[in-house]
Amino acid sequence: MTDLISLDLAGAREGLNNGDFSAVELTQAHIKAMGAHRDLNTFITETPDLAIERAKEADHNRQQDQAGDLEGIPLGIKDLFCTEGVLTTAASHILDGFTPPYESTVTAKLKEAGAIFLGKTNLDEFAMGSSNESSHYGPVHNPWKANGDPRVLVPGGSSGGSAAAVAAHLCLGATGTDTGGSIRQPASFCGVVGMKPTYGRCSRWGIVAFSSSLDQAGPMTRTVRDAAILLNAMAGHDPKDSTSADASVPDFEAALTGDVKGLRIGIPAEYRPDGLNSEIATLWGKGVSWLKDAGAEIVEITLPHTKYALPTYYIVAPAEASSNLARYDGVRFGLRVEGESLDDMYSKTRAAGFGDEVKRRVLIGTYALSAGYYDAYYLKAQKVRQLIYQDFISAFDSVDAILTPTTPSPAFPIGEKSDDPVSMYLNDVFTVPASLAGLPGISVPAGLSGDGLPLGLQVLTKRWDEETVFRVAGVLEEAAAFPGLPLTGEG
Amino acid sequence: MSFIIKGETGDWETVIGLEVHAQVVSKSKLFSAAPTTFGAEPNTQVSFVDAGMPGMLPVINDVCVEYAVRTGLGLKARINNRSVFARKNYFYADLPQGYQISQFELPIVGEGTLILDMPDGESREVGIERLHLEQDAGKSIHDLHPDKTFIDLNRCGVALMEIVSKPDMRSPDEAGAYLRKLRSIVRYLETCDGNMDEGSMRCDANVSVRPVGSDELRTRCEIKNVNSVRFVMQAIEHEARRHVDVYEAGGDIAQETRLYDTSKSETRPMRSKEFAHDYRYFPDPDLLPLEFDDAYVEEIRSTLPELPDDKKERFMADYSLSAYDAGVLVVEKETAAYFEDVASGRDAKVVANWVISNLFGALNKKGLSISDSPVSALNLGKLIDLISDETISGRIAKEVFEVMVDEGKDPDAIVEEKGLRQITDTGPIEDAIVKVMEESPGKVEEYRGGKDKLIGWFVGQVMKQTGGKANPGMVNDLLRKKLAE
Amino acid sequence: MSLDDARVQRIAVLARIELAQDEIGPLGKELSGILDWIEQLQEVDTDAVEPMTGGADQSLRWRTDGVEDGGHAAKILANAPEAHEGFFGVPKVIE
Ligand SMILES: [Mg+2]
Ligand SMILES: [Zn+2]
Repeated sequence: MTDLISLDLAGAREGLNNGDFSAVELTQAHIKAMGAHRDLNTFITETPDLAIERAKEADHNRQQDQAGDLEGIPLGIKDLFCTEGVLTTAASHILDGFTPPYESTVTAKLKEAGAIFLGKTNLDEFAMGSSNESSHYGPVHNPWKANGDPRVLVPGGSSGGSAAAVAAHLCLGATGTDTGGSIRQPASFCGVVGMKPTYGRCSRWGIVAFSSSLDQAGPMTRTVRDAAILLNAMAGHDPKDSTSADASVPDFEAALTGDVKGLRIGIPAEYRPDGLNSEIATLWGKGVSWLKDAGAEIVEITLPHTKYALPTYYIVAPAEASSNLARYDGVRFGLRVEGESLDDMYSKTRAAGFGDEVKRRVLIGTYALSAGYYDAYYLKAQKVRQLIYQDFISAFDSVDAILTPTTPSPAFPIGEKSDDPVSMYLNDVFTVPASLAGLPGISVPAGLSGDGLPLGLQVLTKRWDEETVFRVAGVLEEAAAFPGLPLTGEG
Repeated sequence: MSFIIKGETGDWETVIGLEVHAQVVSKSKLFSAAPTTFGAEPNTQVSFVDAGMPGMLPVINDVCVEYAVRTGLGLKARINNRSVFARKNYFYADLPQGYQISQFELPIVGEGTLILDMPDGESREVGIERLHLEQDAGKSIHDLHPDKTFIDLNRCGVALMEIVSKPDMRSPDEAGAYLRKLRSIVRYLETCDGNMDEGSMRCDANVSVRPVGSDELRTRCEIKNVNSVRFVMQAIEHEARRHVDVYEAGGDIAQETRLYDTSKSETRPMRSKEFAHDYRYFPDPDLLPLEFDDAYVEEIRSTLPELPDDKKERFMADYSLSAYDAGVLVVEKETAAYFEDVASGRDAKVVANWVISNLFGALNKKGLSISDSPVSALNLGKLIDLISDETISGRIAKEVFEVMVDEGKDPDAIVEEKGLRQITDTGPIEDAIVKVMEESPGKVEEYRGGKDKLIGWFVGQVMKQTGGKANPGMVNDLLRKKLAE
Repeated sequence: MSLDDARVQRIAVLARIELAQDEIGPLGKELSGILDWIEQLQEVDTDAVEPMTGGADQSLRWRTDGVEDGGHAAKILANAPEAHEGFFGVPKVIE
């Protein structure tokens, strides 16, 4: 049964359809793998009983010819999605014991499609981080290790638990959320596919909010096809989210034609700063040749405001977060630390409940919005954000997609960057601009560093053109023939 | 109407601006589908959105948008086709999200005007600064537990229109007139029920004083959440006097939020608002700008009723009423409709007088509204007809009216039943005159000797003889004739 | 942009996060470091630029007024650290 976990999502779907194995068998194999890899700390909450129960239903539905698109497919759910009756923590102490009486729109859609949830995956606290070290439940371990180096590496963040679980074959796919790179960056570090759709493609209803104008859910899988399948089940208009687009959802899997002939691919000069890691630069060059070989036209482009994207992001996201996180006050849910007065209770609860990175960002955000500083920080950042968006709009006049590296480096050891917030923030330098502009983007595992660590390439397109993202990503994936994490059997 | 506080150092005038929170009449809340019903069991009118649960998002209610525009049109205000919702961030136990969704830089309604109808019949214009939509907070209950405050979120998220005046008022009377007029307008528009007792209209008053003749704006204090017109007027008066006292004692007024204590008739600083506030407003990223076109506004405009100011003008023009009478009659549209029902085909001034002096008095005494009036418009009309066709006298009519108020009966029936029909035959009246003259020969002598004023006394006596039923005009004529003989 | 202790303390009070005395200094340094790095935004000319206020490129959709929610006080209170008789409970507030 072990080799059931070697299947990808599309392969498992086929096996289930053919009756090669049951959903219960498939689920049990993954539950076993999940149990065998607790060392990775990928799950905050495991729900094996619920999963088996659901798998039985899935088998029944299939017998009744009532199988949904994901009927019987075991997934991991980032613990930022509220799941009815199942502990939801956002990896924060402040949400201790919080069991939502409601189900997020995205997870409800996945359930409706027949998916099975194995549990809630670990993340950076409130999705704030790029290394998964800020989780109240401890860091996630990247299942990859550098050649000849025993040090445990970070999986990236914030969807590090999802990325690591998918990489280690603990689930066939997982949900992630991306605010400044939180799907694409850990996907790159863990050698999996991570896709952030256009802002508004997936409903944010029921996802613990970090930065409302940036947060976007997306799929994390081992193949581009799997990501397309999963996104089809997650996406769609939701009247409960005012920022959810009232647009029809195309068949993303059908977009994987393998044909990029005549597509114009932009290569932005600004993503090649002085001192760019040479392995990354080399891999990027390979990506360019693969697409050129496949018949695409390569166009040099310029995105002049790129260098301001990170500082812009580190005003916009903390400002929104400082307000979004005000509801964690010890009154209606989660942790409460008693105090002498209401304000004392608030301050003690929030001091005990939030970790250092969350506090830093809440304080920065509070400051950026405060009287006398709003114009210099928040308003300024919104204006620069507009310029960054306009850079992309102009670029897409002359290109259909943009190819960049996903991250400036491969995964690094736990603890290496935790003393210096700004150097940690630089991990998101290539992913943040597209987040600010609300564009869809994907990270495809495209090769290994000299140390044998995964490296990803990122494909971006204009809004609502996920089909081109998948099409280009499919071609890169095929050319790269990325080996994936060697399966170590029983763990 | 001037309100001048005479201090030891000179005369002071008061500068008043009002912020009124008017609850929109909608079935569900501004951003959630939970009900707005008043008085329900705690936390039963609450959605996960209202409770600020993680991941919950706001979706705007169309009726709230429509009613804000409607109210703006009623205030002759500029309607902004694009407005923005902003978060006002502060921590409080009955504010679950940690912010109130409100409007800051771009409200849905801009500047307008409101005309005050003062008791002396004069009018004054007060500028409206803006009207914006925002969420109500929940309710903190402090008296159910010795050391706990209880929180009920039922009101949380109910749509409010915050209507902000310019600091254009100068007396408690003007503030009272402003509130009454605003209430009248929103009731005409049916966008808010204007019920201050249930808190669907609440008032914050900004008060400052300055020496008469000065045009400086001194530090103002905000008196929060006063819940009746009378209390607003009292609170302003007390607060203004407090400012004068402080200034005259050489002190300074600190800008602060205060509460009006009705039992002690004084204002005091609000402890929970002691915190220096920094609301950190920013556009709510969960909501996009609120946009609509001119056609939408025009469609709403086309459904507006005739509003009190226009109605007052018309009443003055069509019915030749005084500004005061017209103003009083149009405060409630039900009263205005009642008046017009009765006035149709009758002497409007007589009708206005009956409605204002008699009907209002009777309703007031019984604590009834015009819709519950025991005297229907039809019956009041009949009563007035009985006077004009001389079936009864004005004096008898007042008696009949009292019976109508108590028993709700038709005036014709009352007149018949009680035999109150006026005597218009000369015979019985002449008999009564003769009798009076025979009983008081001295008075007759005096009258005939030139004391004309005694005619009133004679009329009274004759009326008394006839049980008040004699036609007073006839009594007068016949008396003069007989006395002259 | 260097944040002194008083400023850090004031921000923390606004954000309702209690800070221990010995946290304030180091935190102030960290935050100042981040703000210094953000300072580079000032070199961008944004004079004629409309701020981008949200992520979406559409206008606000409206819901039809109607009651479809509420009536589940138990669920509203289910996660509360303190509840009494259908109310949430907090330390006594004096207005
Ligand atoms: Mg106000
Ligand atoms: Zn307000």
